[in-house]
Amino acid sequence: MRKSPERVLPGRSRPWQDYALFVVLVVPNLALLTVFVYRPLADNIRLSFTDWNIADPVANSVGFDNYIEWWQRDDSWKVVGNTVIFTVAAVVVSMALGLALAMLLDRKLFGRNVVRSAIFAPFVISGAAIGVAFQFIFDPSFGLVQDVLHRLGVDNVPDFYQDPEWALFMVTLTYIWKNLGYAFVIYLAALQGVRAELLEAAEMDGASSWTRFTRVLLPQLRPTTFFLSITVLLNSLQVFDIINVMTRGGPLGNGTTTMVFQVYEESFRNFRAGYGATVATIMFVVLLVVTLIQVRVMDRGER
Amino acid sequence: MKHVGPQTLSYRRRERAVTALGYVAMVCVLIIVGVPLFWILITSLKDRSDIYTQPAVYWPHSWRPENYSHATTTVPFWTFLRNSLIVTGVVSVVKFALGVFSAYGLVFLRFPGKNIVFLVIIAALMVPNQITVISNYAFIAQLGWRNTFQGIIVPLFGVAFGTFLMRNHFLSLPAEVIEAARMDGANWWRLLTRVVLPMSGPTMVAFAVVTLVTEWNEYLWPFLMADSADVATLPVGLTLLQNTENPSVTNWGPVMAGTVLTMLPILIVFLALQRHMIKGLTSGAVKG
Repeated sequence: MRKSPERVLPGRSRPWQDYALFVVLVVPNLALLTVFVYRPLADNIRLSFTDWNIADPVANSVGFDNYIEWWQRDDSWKVVGNTVIFTVAAVVVSMALGLALAMLLDRKLFGRNVVRSAIFAPFVISGAAIGVAFQFIFDPSFGLVQDVLHRLGVDNVPDFYQDPEWALFMVTLTYIWKNLGYAFVIYLAALQGVRAELLEAAEMDGASSWTRFTRVLLPQLRPTTFFLSITVLLNSLQVFDIINVMTRGGPLGNGTTTMVFQVYEESFRNFRAGYGATVATIMFVVLLVVTLIQVRVMDRGER
Repeated sequence: MKHVGPQTLSYRRRERAVTALGYVAMVCVLIIVGVPLFWILITSLKDRSDIYTQPAVYWPHSWRPENYSHATTTVPFWTFLRNSLIVTGVVSVVKFALGVFSAYGLVFLRFPGKNIVFLVIIAALMVPNQITVISNYAFIAQLGWRNTFQGIIVPLFGVAFGTFLMRNHFLSLPAEVIEAARMDGANWWRLLTRVVLPMSGPTMVAFAVVTLVTEWNEYLWPFLMADSADVATLPVGLTLLQNTENPSVTNWGPVMAGTVLTMLPILIVFLALQRHMIKGLTSGAVKG
């Protein structure tokens, strides 16, 4: 993090004017974030130790009961598994494909700008709309995917609505389709800042394409890769719209339920907000640990 | 210098191969992105007989633009559109003002612990909405603000990303110009509106577009807040349409028409302003 250089006259008198103005300009935003982000974050941890039903004003403390229940329930691990598969696939596939496409399109090609907009366009469309659209695209009887597969000679087209594994595949693919453009656009911008002379020097030294890629290009893209790995992870961990619209967490109860969806389902459909808060807290702690590991790995790489 | 000849030759050959590969990739991308969008658009104009059939029909035998009037009358579509415009408009304007003011304060004013304040503001980016939703829901319900615009709007006001974006930009402005304006006795409002903001056009547009798109697509919070159609936004309304058109088999024609109508406004904004949006998203990433 860059420290803010002083943009104020050093010897200027009457700092109280500055203080007052700072309070007027910055504190409203700070207050809003405190009330609607940090307060509920803390409150969520408190609620995770209660049996609160969202419709009821009373919340009884139950100690660690919710956490014990979470640890012992079979469906917790199914949900964690879904979350890991969804998130890892989203992060790895969209970053790898995004980088590959960015490298291929980082040259003078006719019609490049059109294609660049096309890859990025799904990113701005509402997840709910994309979810509804892709629900029909994956329709096992009349959808686009089954038609294309039939034409390619695949006889046993999977039932994306009924088979939990294929349903998870369906929502993951839909999410990647929507978000690929983000990693692509950011890698493309980063490639413009890559020092070409280093790549040329490596080429002169007779380094193979693979060596040049792993030893020269990737290290230069490291900050971007780091930034993407955190933002894509954060975003994909939060996906609610696509899952709610396409599968409502099903089939078979929790075929595509991720932790975020479970938080919603327990709190607002099963009226067990205490338990929902527990899942949310666990998710937040995991997220924090993963981010810290990412930062650590990044630091070590730079040394 | 003997080896230079063959190497540049092979270099050229490889360049040509990579260019060809680039065109292949471009075609693949156009197919992967374009075909689903085409399919949605075509379905929205298809008659039932062309939808529920195998093999699929890629060019309708008879066109049914009535799907659109069906979609906009079975649910109060224009109300959803109006609500989306209200929510997105108000949230974006307030966020924009708060973001610019916060960034100005953090860069140009003296205040003890300024950097800590900044850290507190951007750390909010690390807290997913889904974790704050339970408590915020209870809080808003207590205020009696469920199914109201203020209930949907106010909790979305706090701005972390925009503050970060504007602050980075303000820090890059030439100090001499700012000092000169100060020496001339410009007060903070003059300094902001006459000196700082005129040098911040592209970043402001980037901030505005990213905010517009994010707020337009906001789903979970309005979904929880709005039980009634009176305040439901477009993405929430689309869920409503999907549910009403789903007796046993989804009536895909009107549902796809509603989907197209939901996608269209933001796609138009995107096509007009994509350059700025991309700039906004990348400036956080690439400069580090």
